[in-house]
Amino acid sequence: MSSVLEASPLTNSLTAGKLPRRASLWVLLASWAVSAAFFVMLHLSAAVDGFNIVGTFVFGTVLYCVAIYVLSRLVEGSRKAKDRLMTALVTAAFVIALLPLISIIYTTTVNGLPAILTPTFFTSSQRNVVGAGGGVLHAVIGTLMVTGMATLISVPIGLLASIYLVEYGRGRLARAITFFVDVMTGVPSIVAGLFAFALFALLFDDPGIRFGFGGAIALSVLMIPVVVRSSEEMLKLVPNELREAAFALGVPKWLTILKVVLPTSIAGIVTGVMLSIARVIGETAPLLIIAGFTSSMNYDLFSERMMTLPVFVYTQYANQGADSQAFIDRAWAAALTLILIVMLLNGLARLIAYWFSPKLGR
Amino acid sequence: MTTAAATTIKARQRPGDRIFSSATVISGSLILAMLAAVAIFLLVESLPAFVAGPDDFSGDVTNFWSYVGPLVFGTIYSAVLALLMAVPVAIGIALFISHFAPRKLAQGLGYLVDLLAAVPSVVFGLWGIGVLAPLVQPFYTTIVDWFGWFTPLAGPASGTGRTIFTVSIVLAVMILPIITAICREIFLQTPLLHEEAALALGATRWEMIRMAVLPFGLPGIISASMLGLGRALGETMAVAMVLSPSPEVIFQLLTAQNSNTIAANIALNFPEAHGVGVNILLATGLVLFIVTLLVNMLARVIINSRKAFSGAN
Amino acid sequence: MNFKRFGRPAVIAIAAGLALSSCAANEGATPASDEASASTLTGTLNGAGASSMDAAQQAWIAGFQTANTGVTINYEPSGSGGGREAFIAGGTDFAGSDSYMSTDELAGAFASCAPDSKAVDLPVYISPIAVIFNVDGVDELNMDADTLAKIFSGAITTWDDAAIVALNPDATLPSDIIHAVHRSDDSGTTKNFTDYLGQAASSGLWAEKASDTFPFPGEGAKGTSGVVDAVTNGTNMIGYADASQAGTLSTAKLKVGSEFVAYTPEAAAEVVAGSPLVADRAADDLALDLNRKTTNPAEYPLVLVSYAIVCNEYADAAQGELVKAYIEYIASAAGQAVAEESAGVAPLTDKLEADVAAVLATVK
Repeated sequence: MSSVLEASPLTNSLTAGKLPRRASLWVLLASWAVSAAFFVMLHLSAAVDGFNIVGTFVFGTVLYCVAIYVLSRLVEGSRKAKDRLMTALVTAAFVIALLPLISIIYTTTVNGLPAILTPTFFTSSQRNVVGAGGGVLHAVIGTLMVTGMATLISVPIGLLASIYLVEYGRGRLARAITFFVDVMTGVPSIVAGLFAFALFALLFDDPGIRFGFGGAIALSVLMIPVVVRSSEEMLKLVPNELREAAFALGVPKWLTILKVVLPTSIAGIVTGVMLSIARVIGETAPLLIIAGFTSSMNYDLFSERMMTLPVFVYTQYANQGADSQAFIDRAWAAALTLILIVMLLNGLARLIAYWFSPKLGR
Repeated sequence: MTTAAATTIKARQRPGDRIFSSATVISGSLILAMLAAVAIFLLVESLPAFVAGPDDFSGDVTNFWSYVGPLVFGTIYSAVLALLMAVPVAIGIALFISHFAPRKLAQGLGYLVDLLAAVPSVVFGLWGIGVLAPLVQPFYTTIVDWFGWFTPLAGPASGTGRTIFTVSIVLAVMILPIITAICREIFLQTPLLHEEAALALGATRWEMIRMAVLPFGLPGIISASMLGLGRALGETMAVAMVLSPSPEVIFQLLTAQNSNTIAANIALNFPEAHGVGVNILLATGLVLFIVTLLVNMLARVIINSRKAFSGAN
Repeated sequence: MNFKRFGRPAVIAIAAGLALSSCAANEGATPASDEASASTLTGTLNGAGASSMDAAQQAWIAGFQTANTGVTINYEPSGSGGGREAFIAGGTDFAGSDSYMSTDELAGAFASCAPDSKAVDLPVYISPIAVIFNVDGVDELNMDADTLAKIFSGAITTWDDAAIVALNPDATLPSDIIHAVHRSDDSGTTKNFTDYLGQAASSGLWAEKASDTFPFPGEGAKGTSGVVDAVTNGTNMIGYADASQAGTLSTAKLKVGSEFVAYTPEAAAEVVAGSPLVADRAADDLALDLNRKTTNPAEYPLVLVSYAIVCNEYADAAQGELVKAYIEYIASAAGQAVAEESAGVAPLTDKLEADVAAVLATVK
């Protein structure tokens, strides 16, 4: 992109018509400085109270986009200018996405940390706890069991279905599955919960049925389409040359899929599975209906109510007692716990994907 | 997999092949069966709602269709707004991670965005009420003062900032990781040869992306957006907690009266619903189902009208 | 097989979960022996109903389970209507409800009760509803039913309206728009609030029937905590919420007779004690016709009363024994004190307590 000779006093035909190497960095800093100066003046002239640090960076970044485009256009021409502008915009998009993330993580951490650090938080349940104290052990166990069961149901079904769609499926059945998987992404989570409830209330003839496995079924309804869609996209991206090479060597189709296609796309598939887990692990509405909630421990997926973390967050927030701060603290702490669990699972899955994916050098 | 012509060379069918392919067929069919079960359940439970009289609804609503109309509008309005905000940003992030950021950094950055997907919707709700709404409320007042002549921005501004626009921002943040993650993986799969060919012809990085990466990734981008839209349409708790709803069709983005969404309406009214009220809410769920169906059909038509770039065909 | 790889995170998660799950520290199997010997009750009791009394139920459950270690009680705040429905269908052993059973419901059969046996409403939970506000520079606010009706129906739109100034001559009221916050979800709190406005305000100001759904536009928020958050985070706000959740927000005084009455648990209990039973019901059904129009300044008329709904006679006598013991505990002075401390309810007056106990004595 830039020449090694930019410092040379001699005119060099290779570097002519190019901005110096660190130009964009300096322009960025200059833009922020100008913006800061502007906001300091605004502050001093008492037009607004307080120095607006967010405004400084937002305004400075916009200024940078304009400045780098104009500069580059003057020196390097319109194509290069557009490239620099897009680089700036793409980077800005990334920073924009980070803002809410940082804000949410910050809010959750600040509000949740005090309660999470209490000694009983991970060692006790809410049984017989009134007001402050107690813990979320029952909800952590419940979430891991319900989501784990949902994953065990959804991933094999979803992955096999996406293999069918990409590798085998032709004709009407494949079209129907593709279409209805799309439709399934639109099932509102609460409807999934109602469906599971109606199904099991009918099967077991119990109008007040609540159990963890029902929650897993409800989550599967939400999880399967995400697994299918993302896996399908990833499988489609595996170059046909790889398959043809395997076939040419006389490898049976099923082994080609297992040994060639899946390993090639495993990073993407694992990302998709993790996304689908993240998608459902925070679901509140369906679990509220079918898994119910309790303040006691329950290790049995197949009988009695089971607490889960999102439901715990919701009930702590929605049904506060007189000492409302204790309830709000617990809600935030449980939310933080949930995020930490998903972080952990995510990291684990990435490691797995890293171990198993072929090393392609990119 | 039928062989049409006699000249086709048929591969020897091994038991492994047969077991594996029937396993995939069964899984696919199982999905259809599951969905059919959900649909039948919804339809059966919805039937009483279509004949419900004015007494079964609160307010001035006389029949089911005038009840669900504003909800459909609010659902689509908020979801489309969210998609408009999220897709450009998501493509930007995905490109940044796949093509701009230093390779060492990219993995970690992707991980960071995936984290957003893990935040439970209740927390988005709490964040929307406690952080975002108070933050944007002063801007709403200013915008209404300056641009109030433009109908969607007309006042009076909400006193709390809990408007459909705020909800769209929250929804956009929620669907961002889904769209980003899929776009990122797809951009990474762009054939290196295409990219290098573009660069060799003297294209700048952006031109290379526009000519090689984006056309290759387009079906994936649309597919990812549809997944995001699906989530935005069906999001329940965050909308229910943040939105200040009203049972009408309202185009204004910044006032205290906003059209509610179907899913949020179910969440708000289901706990106290009984009798035919439950059927009415389930019928709105069926309508949401159909809305997503139409949206997805549209997306399919768009994808099919373009030449597919994927490797498997 | 490849599927092991994808299943692995889940498997590890479950394994980690099981390893973690040795036992919850507070759920030991060794209760204090003297307490255990005091009670012979065992079993599981399921109830469902009004979410308003959930916090109190949790306190009662904790108290009852501590005294009777063999008993587990679950209360699910699935809503009053849903709670009654589940109880009638036999899904639960008792219901909590913000409104008493309708005559239609009473006419039908009750699946958990003995054949031909009916159910009764017992008032066990009294919660004052506070009018909360957040206006810069205003700490105290006097209101009457007429003005509240005008504010919440949108007839009054600014804080310096003549009607509000007339009630608050000393306050410095801003000329800003009033943002009136109501519950966006269906709730018994809304029903009691609108019932109060409908009965206490002058005719024509609030023509709407009392209902779970708020009848006018305005700023809506989900749940009591949503309303409290909206009022706290906004400016020039007013709203209504269960008094126990008002927290640090200022609450308005209501005009009763010729005086302005702040909510207190005692004043709330008084208005309930002063209200007559609903006519034409079974003698042991303690459904109350709340006296919203009271002019006695010792009473605070904006209250919510929740009922425990139980069978006269249970099909399963052992279950009846449990319900009886549990509801007796709830309605006792000790139970009410626990709920006052943890959920801010107004304890029942002695007379009402005795009435409830007398009915419970006949439950089997």
